[in-house]
Amino acid sequence: MTIAALAFYLFAICAVTGGLFTVISRNPVHSVLWLILAFLSSAGLFVLLGAEFVAMLLIIVYVGAVAVLFLFVVMMLDVDFAELKAEMAKYMPIALLIGVVLLMQFGLAYGAWDYAEHALDNRAALAPADMQNTAALGVLIYDQYFLLFQLSGLVLLVAMIGAIVLTLRHRTHVKRQNVLAQMWRDPTEAMELKDVKPGQGL
Amino acid sequence: MIQADLNIILPEILLAVYAMGALLFAVYTGKDRLAPLLTWVTAAVFVVLGLWIATGTGDHIAFNGMFNDDGYSRFAKVAILFSSAAVLVMGQDYMTRRDMLRFEYPVLMALAAVGMMVMVSAGDLMALYLGLELQSLSLYVIAALRRDSIKSTEAGLKYFVLGSLSSGLLLFGSSLVYGFSGTTQFAGIIEAAGHGHTSLGLLFGLVLVISGLAFKISAVPFHMWTPDVYEGAPTPVTAFFATAPKVAATVLFARVLHDAFGGVVADWQQVVAVLSLLSMFLGAVAAIGQRDIKRLMAYSSIAHMGYAMMGLAAGTAFGVQALLVYMVIYVTMNIGTFSFILMMEKDGQPVTDINALNMYAKREPGKALAMLVLLFSLAGVPPMVGFFGKFYVLQAAYEAGLIWLAALGVVASVIGAFYYLRIVYYMYFGDEAEDGLDKSGTPVLWGLLMASAVIIGLAWLPGINLLGVEAWAEAAAAALVN
Repeated sequence: MTIAALAFYLFAICAVTGGLFTVISRNPVHSVLWLILAFLSSAGLFVLLGAEFVAMLLIIVYVGAVAVLFLFVVMMLDVDFAELKAEMAKYMPIALLIGVVLLMQFGLAYGAWDYAEHALDNRAALAPADMQNTAALGVLIYDQYFLLFQLSGLVLLVAMIGAIVLTLRHRTHVKRQNVLAQMWRDPTEAMELKDVKPGQGL
Repeated sequence: MIQADLNIILPEILLAVYAMGALLFAVYTGKDRLAPLLTWVTAAVFVVLGLWIATGTGDHIAFNGMFNDDGYSRFAKVAILFSSAAVLVMGQDYMTRRDMLRFEYPVLMALAAVGMMVMVSAGDLMALYLGLELQSLSLYVIAALRRDSIKSTEAGLKYFVLGSLSSGLLLFGSSLVYGFSGTTQFAGIIEAAGHGHTSLGLLFGLVLVISGLAFKISAVPFHMWTPDVYEGAPTPVTAFFATAPKVAATVLFARVLHDAFGGVVADWQQVVAVLSLLSMFLGAVAAIGQRDIKRLMAYSSIAHMGYAMMGLAAGTAFGVQALLVYMVIYVTMNIGTFSFILMMEKDGQPVTDINALNMYAKREPGKALAMLVLLFSLAGVPPMVGFFGKFYVLQAAYEAGLIWLAALGVVASVIGAFYYLRIVYYMYFGDEAEDGLDKSGTPVLWGLLMASAVIIGLAWLPGINLLGVEAWAEAAAAALVN
């Protein structure tokens, strides 16, 4: 058994274990931590495949940003996970049934899987030769798939506009600090002293 | 090379840049006060771009086959841009008066239009998906635009959740197709799929892609979201859902099936025929119990999508031509009908109950007559133009050997006529209501209603010939199927 094979089994077992415990652990914080283990192990698998760039992305984006965000959400929001799970248990039998049927159907489909004549050539034709995979990804994304890259940008823009449209509220009755008004305020005009005679109002 | 590519997608680039510019401008200046102005300017931009695209000629391919600029896509783009412009100006007054016109509304419409233009031009599964998502995301947001209303929020959320599910189906199908053919380009897929037997994997992929697209055009059995979303969304938004996105999705549907799977027509023909049949019957039967005119229009749109798909099921160039003609007629009818629905008010509040239309003809004979023409046309009563749309798709199905589908289509059409004619009955012979609808309406709505009624009522006359749409559609279909 070579080192590479050993590393593969190590990472693979860690990834599967991480995934399993993400689903079954009772404490949601533990779930997120297991999820991070699964991400890290998958990143290891990517390195073994020779895709270092994707591996680093997985760690930076998923572990560094997404998982940490999950952790914050889980810790800050008071979500009753036990109740959610009870709710899920109600639908479990039918969900399992549908899942098994789907799995068998796709088992059938994949069992009889065959490629078109030139499928493998087609697939290989895209990847630029003699290039590190980071550079190759760059060539593909910013050259070959330039249109798709820009369109994804527009999709994200719409998502941003949507989030703002649906959540931002301009409250009109809130008193906001006006810094300039405070700075330009004239102390002599701020207060007026009145001499009130006893027994009389103003 | 990139220069030539960018020239080909110049209309899309200009529209996207316009949307971003308008957004920035409005944010830094008047915000929502500018919204009515921005709505009109956006509509004008749509019309100008539509006219510009209509003058285009030839067959161009950009970005290594990812983007097609051919007669077929130009036909769809013109229809999409013009109908979006009409819907924008239709809703402006309605939304302003109810204080829900935000400046993001025209911006999101413009971005949705960009998405639809990419959809109809897509030459690659990935471009297809991104165009579809750009359009759908914008639609999810504008469905929930009235965020203080529970129904509108529910509509947006429901549409979003079910829409993501369908996008998932579409993506999964695309990945299976990619797994089989090794490429995401339509040109490569048709080459891979054309040889010999159909692989099981390709078939699974094809069926999943069809399911995902059928959701977007609300064909049965993927229609469940339609009535709720149509009812919950603000009426101008509902009008938008019923027009341009439907054109974009059907046109995209036809492009995928012919450009990518044109070699295996027999494999998808039966699927599309069954979708078409179910949609026609469910749309016709389920609408009978509806008293809310927006829900009624939702079922009506399901039924009409069934007829449109009948043209698609034919699998021929004539079928595609029939589909295009049908969609243009359908959109024209819907613009008129929704103009009417937008004018249904009582004491300044919108009314959607069809009982409110009792004896409407006595109070406003002009509008009632226009609505009568539109409803007859929706039902497919000759000599209104709607009849010719149905006639074309039935003919296409008949010529393709789907005689059973054509015959059942006629039956469904007769059933469906009931609920359209019931509204006519209420307007002309209903109970005498004491407090009917207001005499409301803006010149824009009135103009759109009358214009669409005149077109629908008279465009069949010899010499007018559906305003030449037929010839364009024929050329467009020839550009797709060859």
